[in-house]
Amino acid sequence: MSASVLFDAPGPRTRARHRLYAVISTVVLAAILGLILWKLWQAGQFALDLWEPFVTPRILNALLWGLGQTLMMAVVAVAGAIVLGFILGIGKLSDHAVLRWPAWVVVEFFRAVPLFMLILATWYLLGPQPGGNGYWAVVIGLWLYNGSVIAEITRAGIHAIPKGQSEAAYALGLRKSAVMKLVLLPQAVKIMLPAIISQSIVALKDTSLGYAVLAPGLTFIGKQVFGEFRNIIPTALVMAATYIVLNLLLTWLATWAQKRYAGEKKVEVGLVGAVGLGSQAEAGAALR
Amino acid sequence: MDVLVDNADSLLAAFWMTLRLVIVAGLLSLAWGTVLAAMRVGPVRVLNLAGTTYVTLFRNTPLLVILLLIFNVLPKLGITWGYFWPNVIALTLYTSSFVCEALRAGVNSIPLGQAEAARSLGMTFGQSMRQVILPQSFRAVVPPVASVLIALTKNTSLVAIFGLADLTARMKDLLTDHASDLLWIFFGVAFAYIVIVEAISVIANTIERRWRVA
Repeated sequence: MSASVLFDAPGPRTRARHRLYAVISTVVLAAILGLILWKLWQAGQFALDLWEPFVTPRILNALLWGLGQTLMMAVVAVAGAIVLGFILGIGKLSDHAVLRWPAWVVVEFFRAVPLFMLILATWYLLGPQPGGNGYWAVVIGLWLYNGSVIAEITRAGIHAIPKGQSEAAYALGLRKSAVMKLVLLPQAVKIMLPAIISQSIVALKDTSLGYAVLAPGLTFIGKQVFGEFRNIIPTALVMAATYIVLNLLLTWLATWAQKRYAGEKKVEVGLVGAVGLGSQAEAGAALR
Repeated sequence: MDVLVDNADSLLAAFWMTLRLVIVAGLLSLAWGTVLAAMRVGPVRVLNLAGTTYVTLFRNTPLLVILLLIFNVLPKLGITWGYFWPNVIALTLYTSSFVCEALRAGVNSIPLGQAEAARSLGMTFGQSMRQVILPQSFRAVVPPVASVLIALTKNTSLVAIFGLADLTARMKDLLTDHASDLLWIFFGVAFAYIVIVEAISVIANTIERRWRVA
């Protein structure tokens, strides 16, 4: 809904008032930002030796390596989650209660439980040591959580396809599995794509949890960098900037996929266990 | 099972800590998220831009990095408030950006014709907002805001890294001491989270049903 419908075009007096608001808010915002920056500057947070590591080849290489690990972890996590999500999502739609109920329980459980708790428990199950165990704890946690969310996306995607499609397929004499494989899934994937990309933004952000279980990745390398140089604020800012750039790229990709493949159709994921934040906002949550 | 019974009091204290975080950070996020949404849809260009920038920055940064920043920036600003409040502030800064988006999506989901009809009946901006748009958007906003609050509930688990004895922190302690009871501990603590999540979900469903247009 565009706001312009709601009120008349502002006249000269209203425009003057808006200009005043603009000036006041600019001053207030600049004052807040300036105060924070000034305090940080006073505390010596902009000193060269705190920022120098980020242009030092040795540290830069380490950070890039960490970033590579994070990206690989995200790719492995999302790929596994898509496989698991398809299985669970189709399981939830099964005609057999034996398949439907376990799929439902798994999906609802892992959507309701905090990912970080899941990762910690998996880490302790594998043996709480740094490196491989931490890596797999994060990946398994991401599989289970994102798999459950993608299961819901899959179910919603298949539901979004007009009933006539499956009816026509059955009328042509296709069997249940063929209807799913040849008619429903190929169309559903297009509708699901933007939501899945949005969910991978959530997954990418969640790889940062490797910090707490000592899994190789950007945040873990960052921890070592600020351990060595005592520059935790600059390091956190660099990590934040990296994540923001990556996520904006993914957001752009999701928007493109929405336009290219899904059109007006949007996947809505039901409430109960809660969906990852990003996908809710990105998928636009067509509410009805 | 015995592990859970023996540690019932500390687990209850941890449950209370998690619940308190959800309530305090939830209310603050709703308030700050509403301010942000107002900034983004209002007529002042500078505030539009500030709101958009805020949401873009905070929504795309991992909560862990925001927590790291808050815990290190606040002392530099001369603010030392122990452990609870910095955690709450970080959770609020992060969650409010999603609240803002959920609110905006809710208002945007009202068909344009509603506003046009209200305006062509001669209603002023205030009247059409109060009597036509907002009552409908409140209802539309319930499910996405509930989703955000449920995500907040789950995100509170990160405070365990930053010195608060919440459910996840207790789980970690128990797992260290009683490794053989891993499943009991895990499902016990998971159950506590599910109670909060289900409570939010049930409340949201009730509100949505109450406010439904017959």
